[in-house]
Amino acid sequence: MSSATGATEAPGPRGAATWRSAELVERRGETPNASTLTFDVSGWPGHHAGQHLDVRLTAEDGYQAQRSYSIASAPEDGRVALTVERFEEGEVSPYLVDEMQPGDVLELRGPIGGWFVWHIADGGPLLLVAGGSGVVPLRAMLRHRHANASHVPARLLVSARRAEDLLYSAELAELAEADDGFELLATLTREAPAGWTGFTRRIDREMLEEVAWSPRELARTFVCGPTAFVEAAADALVGLGHDPALIKTERFGPTGGSET
Amino acid sequence: MNDDDLRLDGNAAAGLLTEVFAVEMTTALGTCAHCGATNALGTVQVYVHAPGTVLRCPACTNVLMTIVRSHEHLHVDLSGVRRVEIAG
Repeated sequence: MSSATGATEAPGPRGAATWRSAELVERRGETPNASTLTFDVSGWPGHHAGQHLDVRLTAEDGYQAQRSYSIASAPEDGRVALTVERFEEGEVSPYLVDEMQPGDVLELRGPIGGWFVWHIADGGPLLLVAGGSGVVPLRAMLRHRHANASHVPARLLVSARRAEDLLYSAELAELAEADDGFELLATLTREAPAGWTGFTRRIDREMLEEVAWSPRELARTFVCGPTAFVEAAADALVGLGHDPALIKTERFGPTGGSET
Repeated sequence: MNDDDLRLDGNAAAGLLTEVFAVEMTTALGTCAHCGATNALGTVQVYVHAPGTVLRCPACTNVLMTIVRSHEHLHVDLSGVRRVEIAG
């Protein structure tokens, strides 16, 4: 299987509808309910931070299941990484999170989407708001920013139920300590450990007013999470006077993607 | 789970739209045939749990497109979109 690392051609849509073979290189547990899977993808054309892809699994009897996942890796990372959260009754996620082994192969197509995308050249400030695994495409943006040694001011507000559910917590804390203009803020909605200094409630207007820049700063804003979370956060930002045209949203459903 | 949990956005249909149009479509602008609102397809309402995928206008909820897969065919109904503008 050939590797896509080092691909230089710009990610174009033409090949995005092609199903490609992807071999698992590494599966790493992120939280009790989520794993990051890194793939070698045959002929991968490269991607932009914020894009997603479709995964297709085929059973021995020919039954196929398809899901969409955000790409967790930055364009500069070379390999394609996904972070998948387990839905107990799901057909696909338990396999990806717990069972798939290095060397196993699945099919994927992408990169998909051009709307929920951020490039260094788009500038900032960059306001990122995530609910649960909605942080995945935003992590790709932050890795893209870091890989380019960008000092574009960036803030990430991430909401999770418990501290153990916060994805990439060590990596994000490390990025925040780099003192290059990135600030990390978190809220825990169900249970906070002793000594927690972050927020302890669902994201609301007051929290966003505290975290966001003034609407006059015209921050590029990306909100990703479950539908109700995204709509509450986006509505609150618009209510605070932020330009709706600068707020990009991506909602994901209870199964983590579409079914065919 | 209620209907609101099932409402996604155009990003969720992006792979399927690429299959139909062979170009990136979430940045394409679609004009609703009912109310005339123009929105990037990445921002429209999408329901994937119907038989097939349904795209609705975020302004008036008119059905913009339905895409249904049966066997080896995609059935695409575009009657709810007056105009589509694709970045070239």
